[in-house]
Amino acid sequence: MKFLAARRRNPLVAIGLLLFALIAVGGGYAAIANVQPAQASVGSQTQVEEGKRLYLAGCSSCHGMEAQGTETGPTLIGVGAAAVNFQVATGRMPLAAPGAQAVPKDPTYTEEQIAALAAYVASLAPGPAIPTAEDLDFSDADVAQGGVLFRTNCAQCHQAAGQGGALTQGKYAPNLMGSTPQQIWEAMATGPQSMPVFSTATLPAGDKQAIMAYITNLQTASSPGGLDLGRLGPVTEGLFLFTAVFAALIAAAIWIGMKAR
Amino acid sequence: MTDLTTHGAHGSEPTRPGHLPVADVPHVLRVADTDPKAAKRVERQVSSMFLLSILLVVAFVVAYIGIDKSTVVYIPVFGEVGASTIALGLTFGASVLLIGAGAIQWAKKLMPDVEVVQMRHELVSPADETAEAAANYERGKEESGFARYKMIRRTMIGAMALFPIPLVIMLRDLWSSPVSGTLSPAEILSTTIWKKGERIVTDATYLPVRPEDLPVGGLVSAVPASLQEVQHLEGNLNARGKAAIILVRMDPDEIVSQQGDGWDYQGILAYSKICTHVGCPIALYEQRTHHLLCPCHQSTFDLANSGNVVFGPAARNMPQLPIGVDSEGYLIAMDDFSEPIGPSFWERSK
Repeated sequence: MKFLAARRRNPLVAIGLLLFALIAVGGGYAAIANVQPAQASVGSQTQVEEGKRLYLAGCSSCHGMEAQGTETGPTLIGVGAAAVNFQVATGRMPLAAPGAQAVPKDPTYTEEQIAALAAYVASLAPGPAIPTAEDLDFSDADVAQGGVLFRTNCAQCHQAAGQGGALTQGKYAPNLMGSTPQQIWEAMATGPQSMPVFSTATLPAGDKQAIMAYITNLQTASSPGGLDLGRLGPVTEGLFLFTAVFAALIAAAIWIGMKAR
Repeated sequence: MTDLTTHGAHGSEPTRPGHLPVADVPHVLRVADTDPKAAKRVERQVSSMFLLSILLVVAFVVAYIGIDKSTVVYIPVFGEVGASTIALGLTFGASVLLIGAGAIQWAKKLMPDVEVVQMRHELVSPADETAEAAANYERGKEESGFARYKMIRRTMIGAMALFPIPLVIMLRDLWSSPVSGTLSPAEILSTTIWKKGERIVTDATYLPVRPEDLPVGGLVSAVPASLQEVQHLEGNLNARGKAAIILVRMDPDEIVSQQGDGWDYQGILAYSKICTHVGCPIALYEQRTHHLLCPCHQSTFDLANSGNVVFGPAARNMPQLPIGVDSEGYLIAMDDFSEPIGPSFWERSK
């Protein structure tokens, strides 16, 4: 104590106290203000560095050297690890070709590389995190409630049976028959491309799990009523009637009217 | 039978060349007409169709009893379908089809193959019949006294002329209230249950929404909190149909214009969910272009610019709902819509 007491008037003490106060206030504010639901796990330092290296090589030409965004690509600050994982793991990014919207393809990066990219983008600013196994566990979810929520929030674009549908000017809502629970969660949490964000406050985790349960049910459901014809409703059913059934009726009429030999 | 002239397959009747067109076409005998073996073959063919139909009906009954309703089979191209549905449909459909096919085959190949001409007559009735009908009419007129009883005739014509009036008067209910003090159809269509201070809650789950719950790019399908109190019998569905809104949030700098000054709350905008063209509910919101697309007829509204129509058949902007927050920090409506939501009707002022 004698050591500290002797130096309490040292000019460096003021600077030290100021630094301490700043860190305490800033850290405290960050802890309180952090109401964002899902926090990105920032990942190890080496992972972030690896991610930055991959980012500069593969993404920065469109999204900017500092991920600040350019004319050709939006900013990635605050989009979170979930957005990176969704876009890169489904092959939407890197973009195959400019167009109305990014099209899924085989992923360009390995799982470790995607995790590194996600860690780097998550280190820039807080954003939706990659969902945990607990988030994605929908074993207790109510499929019927999931159907209600899906028809209220999702069916307008993805169609009541999750078959996808058209938007404006070449954009489209994709078919969900191949979507994994993780992709469904990440899409709702981050709002990729034209899709709006369905936040944790307005669509809580339990509701998201119910929606996952409903989509999984659609994916695995057979069609006990007969041929589903793509589950598009009157469009394909009408087309089937107009082509196959009309052709059969015309063939029958020709046979009936043909002169017997 | 006097009008019918038959041209027998076996040439039993003479033809009249130049008079009947069919006579110009030489009659070709069928194989079964000349070859008894071929006729026998066709007989076997037809009866085996009927026999197969019988077997398929038996198969139908067996499938109905034997196949569990929940069994699913995989059919290439079509995917997994209910085994019972497919089996019942195919056996029943084919059994009926084979009865028809057998009957046609029988008629075409074995039944007498003769060309028949039926003579046509002139369409006008004979003179004595027309004269009799006219006399009947005249006698009816005379006996009923239609010409004689002037008062009956005039009152009857008057009654016939006036009876549609109640039907026309009932049409009045389409534009005005039948009972004074109740709302007219136009007034019912012009108001919703939104009012100042009404909390905005999520559709289906009825969660109140705070501004911070809605990130930029977010979308919420929402209804008024008091919708839950409107019971089904009092028109819950009508109230929902008129009051349904969507909440979207965009960067306040991206908002070009709104229908009223400060009708947003920090970039959160509330618009009716009901298309102004023919009233489809719309929530196809593209968060990057701020376009709202109606799936029915492709009307597109720009929510960043007063809900203007940018494409499609809709003639009017999507109505905007002014919103704010209450003392507890939840989003509320600041008023009802300032114009009727949904499709046009003729008493609309705008």
